[in-house]
Amino acid sequence: MSEVSQNDSWLTRATDWIDERIPLTKTFKEHASEYYAPRNFNFWYVFGALSLVVFVIQILTGIWLTMAYVPTGEGAFASVEYIMRDIDFGYLIRYLHSTGASAFFVVVYLHMFRGFAYGSYRKPRELLWLIGMAIYLVLMAEGFFGYLLPWGNMSFWGAQVIVSLIGAIPYFGPDLMEWVRGDFVMSGITLNRFFALHVIALPLALVGLVFLHIVALHRVGSNNPDGIEIKANKGPDGNPVDGIPFHPYYITKDFVAIVVFLIAFCAIVFYAPEMGGYFIEKPNFAEADPLKTPDHIAPVWYYTPFYAMLRAATFPFLGIDAKFWGLIIMIGAILIPAALPWLDRSKVKSMRYKGWFSKIALMNFIVAFFVLGYLGTIPPSAFATAVAQIMTIVYFAYFFLMPWYTSIESTKPEPERVKH
Amino acid sequence: MVSEDTLHTNRRYLLLATAGVSAVGAVGAAIPFVQSWQPSALAKALGAPIRVNISKLQPGEILGPVPAWRGQPVFVVRRTAASIARLEANVANLADPDSDGSEQPDYAQNTTRSRNPEIGVYLGLCTHLGCSPKYYGAVQPEAFASDWQGGFFCPCHGSKFDLAGRVEKNLPAPTNLIVPPHVFEDEKTLVIGVDERSVA
Repeated sequence: MSEVSQNDSWLTRATDWIDERIPLTKTFKEHASEYYAPRNFNFWYVFGALSLVVFVIQILTGIWLTMAYVPTGEGAFASVEYIMRDIDFGYLIRYLHSTGASAFFVVVYLHMFRGFAYGSYRKPRELLWLIGMAIYLVLMAEGFFGYLLPWGNMSFWGAQVIVSLIGAIPYFGPDLMEWVRGDFVMSGITLNRFFALHVIALPLALVGLVFLHIVALHRVGSNNPDGIEIKANKGPDGNPVDGIPFHPYYITKDFVAIVVFLIAFCAIVFYAPEMGGYFIEKPNFAEADPLKTPDHIAPVWYYTPFYAMLRAATFPFLGIDAKFWGLIIMIGAILIPAALPWLDRSKVKSMRYKGWFSKIALMNFIVAFFVLGYLGTIPPSAFATAVAQIMTIVYFAYFFLMPWYTSIESTKPEPERVKH
Repeated sequence: MVSEDTLHTNRRYLLLATAGVSAVGAVGAAIPFVQSWQPSALAKALGAPIRVNISKLQPGEILGPVPAWRGQPVFVVRRTAASIARLEANVANLADPDSDGSEQPDYAQNTTRSRNPEIGVYLGLCTHLGCSPKYYGAVQPEAFASDWQGGFFCPCHGSKFDLAGRVEKNLPAPTNLIVPPHVFEDEKTLVIGVDERSVA
């Protein structure tokens, strides 16, 4: 009995000592034990936490990979083979990292879909949404730079194709392309700078942006499947009546999701790390050859919807050639979700209360995203290009027609309180 | 005694001036960082012109891709008389038959896009997104074209080029294959990456 209280007082004294110097307890209360989140979160609300888990996996395995990886044109491919074959558990660390890249995009795309469906981008969460979009862009760049590092033949030619996109910019494109590569072709010089961006610059940017994302979230509070603003309805204690503290309730819930996620993740790492060529493409098991393009170039699956749209631009329009249109369409498709807070004019936030137009538009968008994702993996043909062109229009229609269909459709009234 | 208003205006003026000077300084400080991304002296040196022996190249054959002209793959083809005739006849289906919008030295802006109708020198990178096209020299039906007349096919996005590197219409590649500067030193030796104008 006395021992326990002694322990307690030791801990209390230690906490007090820290709290006088940095606001530890205060921060924990503000952002966890007294941070109120809506009590009606469902399955879709675990992907933010899962993104953080994957981020930690990537940072940890990434640090370990750099201990043996050689970022030069001569040494890169051999050093990856060395990691795979000669280092104890090297294969595991690399597969955790390569599978982690795909897992990152799985959870981030699901996290974004949640936002699409429940209107999480609506006022007052516009800035939260924009910071999230910035994270998404940095993540895409991070994946792209990382994919060059194994210096396999698909790394080389995939990067060659994407860097060549810059050359489509009129006037200064070709010079800019040379500046990005630091050489007249993709070379060890390019590899070296992509390595620096991949392991230092972009991870630093990601840490900063993720921090801002959470700060912004905790400022405005979470949205929820009903689109209710829980801060509008506070009890006598000053806390939202429809909210529960993040710690311990949602921490516990997120841990269940993390365990389920890790089971699936480890199953892939151990039994299907290449995922039939979707996570690690077959030509990447041969070293980069600047004189020989693989027969079929496809990016990793998480870029294929946008790659399909790039290839769908096959004719000049309004005096701009097809190649530059491809670039505009691809960049536009990636960036356009950032405009959602200002495109959605609906009276309600959540898909639960929106009308049929919104529901059909969102379903069309999802179908277009998956069909384009598939088309981006297969070789070009006249039929595939025609389908990609139609799906590109469907994809953009979701956004461009949104101000119209969200304002004319009839919606159901949003509840004021969470009913369960 | 200076009025509050004047003080306020003066302070704002100083603030703007400080911000302006800092911005100039920031741009100046950025120059070395930006400039360091340009091709280094080593990259430029490795991109020096190369000599290619073409004495053993038979009509209808291709040499390459050889890593020439700044390390980029270069195709050297020796065309047969029949294929030169076909190049002159088949122009209807080309996107840029006169090479007006394409990149080549003046001496190669002609039907065969070469100095010498027999020898064609082309940069082996598709003008679309930089994949390396493959050589299909024979006149025979191919999987990608039933009436193939010989030329180059890019597997990435399906662009087709004839034996003079001229691109067909309505395909992703906007322009003909680039002709690098080149010069024939003697009958046997082709130098790629340099010509009369670039030699000082």
